[in-house]
Amino acid sequence: MIAFIVRRLVAAVLLLVIVSMVTFAIFFLVPRLVGSTPDDLASRYVGRDASPTSVQAAKKRLHLDDPVPLQYGRFVKGIVAGDEFDYGPQTVKCSAPCFGYSFRTSQNVLDLIKDRFPVTASLVFGASILWLTGGVAVGVLSALKRRSFFDRAAMSIALAGVSLPIYFTGLVSLSLFAYTWKIWPDGVQYANLLDNPVKWAYNLVLPWVTLAFLYAAMYARLTRSGMLETLNEDYIRTARAKGLPERTVITKHALRATLTPILTIFGLDIGLLLGGAVLTESTFSLPGMGKMVVDAITGNDLPVVLGVVMFTALFVVLANLIVDLLYGVVDPRVRHN
Amino acid sequence: MKRTKTTVGVALSAVLALGLAACGGGSDDNGGGGDGGGGGSAFDAAVSKVVNPSTKTGGTLKYVITDAPDSMDPGNTYYAYNWDFTRYFARALLTFDPKPGEAGLKVVPDLAEGLGQPSDGGKTWTYKIRKGVKYEDGTEVKAEDIKYAVARSNYTDELQGGPHYFTQYLAAGDYKGPYKDKNLDDFKGIETPDDHTLVFKLNQPFYEFDYLLTNPQTSPVPKAKDTGLKYQEHPVSTGPYMFENHSIGKSFALVKNPNWSAATDPLRKQLVDRVELTMKVTGADIDNRLLAGTEHLMLAGTGAEAAARAKILSSDSLKKNADNPLTGFLRYAMLSTKVKPFDNIECRKAVQYALDRTATQGAYGGPVAGDIATTALPPTETGYTKYDLYATPGNKGDVNKAKTALQACGQPNGFETNIAVRGDRDKEVAAGEAMQQSLAKVGIKAQIKKYPSGDYSSQYAGKPAFVHKEKLGIIIAGWGSDWPTGFGFLSQIAHSKAIKDSSNYNEMELEDPAIDKLLDDGAKTEDIAQREQMWSQVDKKIMESAALVPFIYEKTLLYRPPNLTNVYFHLAYKMYDYPSIGLQ
Repeated sequence: MIAFIVRRLVAAVLLLVIVSMVTFAIFFLVPRLVGSTPDDLASRYVGRDASPTSVQAAKKRLHLDDPVPLQYGRFVKGIVAGDEFDYGPQTVKCSAPCFGYSFRTSQNVLDLIKDRFPVTASLVFGASILWLTGGVAVGVLSALKRRSFFDRAAMSIALAGVSLPIYFTGLVSLSLFAYTWKIWPDGVQYANLLDNPVKWAYNLVLPWVTLAFLYAAMYARLTRSGMLETLNEDYIRTARAKGLPERTVITKHALRATLTPILTIFGLDIGLLLGGAVLTESTFSLPGMGKMVVDAITGNDLPVVLGVVMFTALFVVLANLIVDLLYGVVDPRVRHN
Repeated sequence: MKRTKTTVGVALSAVLALGLAACGGGSDDNGGGGDGGGGGSAFDAAVSKVVNPSTKTGGTLKYVITDAPDSMDPGNTYYAYNWDFTRYFARALLTFDPKPGEAGLKVVPDLAEGLGQPSDGGKTWTYKIRKGVKYEDGTEVKAEDIKYAVARSNYTDELQGGPHYFTQYLAAGDYKGPYKDKNLDDFKGIETPDDHTLVFKLNQPFYEFDYLLTNPQTSPVPKAKDTGLKYQEHPVSTGPYMFENHSIGKSFALVKNPNWSAATDPLRKQLVDRVELTMKVTGADIDNRLLAGTEHLMLAGTGAEAAARAKILSSDSLKKNADNPLTGFLRYAMLSTKVKPFDNIECRKAVQYALDRTATQGAYGGPVAGDIATTALPPTETGYTKYDLYATPGNKGDVNKAKTALQACGQPNGFETNIAVRGDRDKEVAAGEAMQQSLAKVGIKAQIKKYPSGDYSSQYAGKPAFVHKEKLGIIIAGWGSDWPTGFGFLSQIAHSKAIKDSSNYNEMELEDPAIDKLLDDGAKTEDIAQREQMWSQVDKKIMESAALVPFIYEKTLLYRPPNLTNVYFHLAYKMYDYPSIGLQ
């Protein structure tokens, strides 16, 4: 088991190196290949009143005139050994792991991520509990009551959940619950969990439900089809023939087998969402990772984009590692193999 | 400094469409007119007078914004709303009178005791600063702190966010800035003979210099407290409020500055207890919050979005709490004089005559989004006079005149060209399409090219080499002045010296010696009336060149929640006067 974890961690590091190189190339090398000069890049960061002098100054300060491999080398060195940043009157030391500084706000990228990650994590944490429990429960019940009114109603709602985009369901929920019925009269305003847990949860209910509605719908449909398939398996028939109670057949045999693919998708979803639930954060104006990276992309804030991409990749890798470990817990066949 | 009543009067009659006589009345002590009736909310009421005048104190005033301010460092920001907002904590040497209507255009002393005293033919300007003005830590403001603030914001590599007018006008030689040259005495552009006197040495006479000093770059920064790019996290306050906390790009809160004194600041009050800003809130969410009254002001002052606009205008109870003022922005198309066939004035005139301005206005959102424009100067700037050089019936274009111009241009069957627009700005794309349809009627086939707004000036429409290469004959853009005069508006878009390799706003690439001379001479002219006449002449010269095709004098629809007090639209900042606002 330990060897397995070590192997996966080494693979994860290699993957992150490749992701960083690809991302760096997309944002720093490709523009040069298509004809952008360092001056062109620098002119994006000098404000409205750009002059040749200010463009040259920005180019030098942001190291945009360096060869791209050298810039990548500085990025890697920052992560491994730290870096320094020129704020004007003084130079500030950025300790390892240093992901650089925002070209737009001059903020330490790692500090920005640390600041925004709790918002995204809070959103994903609550929503994932809702969609996993809700989606799986509805899916199982639908499969057991196939073609019943409940099944048809649940699957119709699930179809709506999958079809309706978050920026629609989110805005409708805000309009109804916040501004019409005034259940959340101030709208959604993120509060720190440690400062006020009740306010934290209260303000996240709408985003949780909105995000969970989409994912629960998908999970319900997946669970239902998985359960239907599993219930037709020979070993389920055997279990029933042995006289096992139906509850045991469903929970210990059918559901476990169904959960394996669900877990795989759950791991991927969690990893991706931790890198930023872009639509939900934008709709509810939550200052999370997703909103930050969208702003960074539109503002050509390359270090921030790079930092968030690296963290998203890390989350996906870690989430998959955890899921792989959980396979053994959920499905005895994996353990025995 | 006196203003020409006739010119400004004409301008304001167009701007305000109301009786300015109301400005003089009022019983409040907030510097505004007031309506004397205790508020009197009505549509457009805050454009001309103070709505809900009150001296009530307390409460938290909440601002929201869709993006984030470029910087809260007064020396490193270039947004009009931030020049308005930073007055909460940053006192400049001079400022605009905090009053509604025409009075707001008057430059008045803030940290200074009076306006500038020119000498040496307008090349030297002397200011005395008030004694006893303190920073939030209780130390006294000195003249050298203002000198340092100008030096850091205009002469360093790091702070590039604001304008660089002082670099342009001060006789500072090859001064390297205070981060490279630690000896401030080497900055010869400003002398400080004592702790309360500043002498600005200019490299040319400039009689609008007082306007430059309203820029927040002249608010003092103590050298010991300067942290360069990090200074935006907590600028040291000289105003009635100071930073309590600041999470860059997310939110901040201002609280009362205990070391601010009304005795040294007759222009501001400390009405509310706190001022908060929440950033990165979606536009639709902001409108909902303002209409629900849970937030009070949209910091950017860009007004309600389409859905909320319709809601406000269709409800009497909401409409009475809204204003529809001019923003000071001119939306236009510039015809590149360096891209064929627009190097020929007759081809440019063909576009002027062919354009259906009513359709273009409709594309921008109709009359509530702006009035049809026919001049280079909007009515909000001094020097504006109303005229229409290319008048067409009902502003719908004149095909015959356009075809005559095409004949004279040697393109009787029309020609092909490109229209550059910011692809992520729906109104601009719609305006481009309306223009495309107008031009098609006379045989001009225009293809719309969309570019991202973030790089529009630095990489595309504002980069002459790109414009020439891609044959962008028509460039749709807009402009608002840094100070409300003809010079403040036109010098950046029409002077040949304004043409730059990138971030060029003279997209016409107009190089007219007569325009340059009028602008240069006007800046050296002491007499205000004469100066404003010269700005009018520049306006006419630009329109005679036919290179600028004005669309609309932009307007916006601002909603003011009814619980706000002392609300009025400030003509110089072209939005509500933020530091004056209180809560009921």
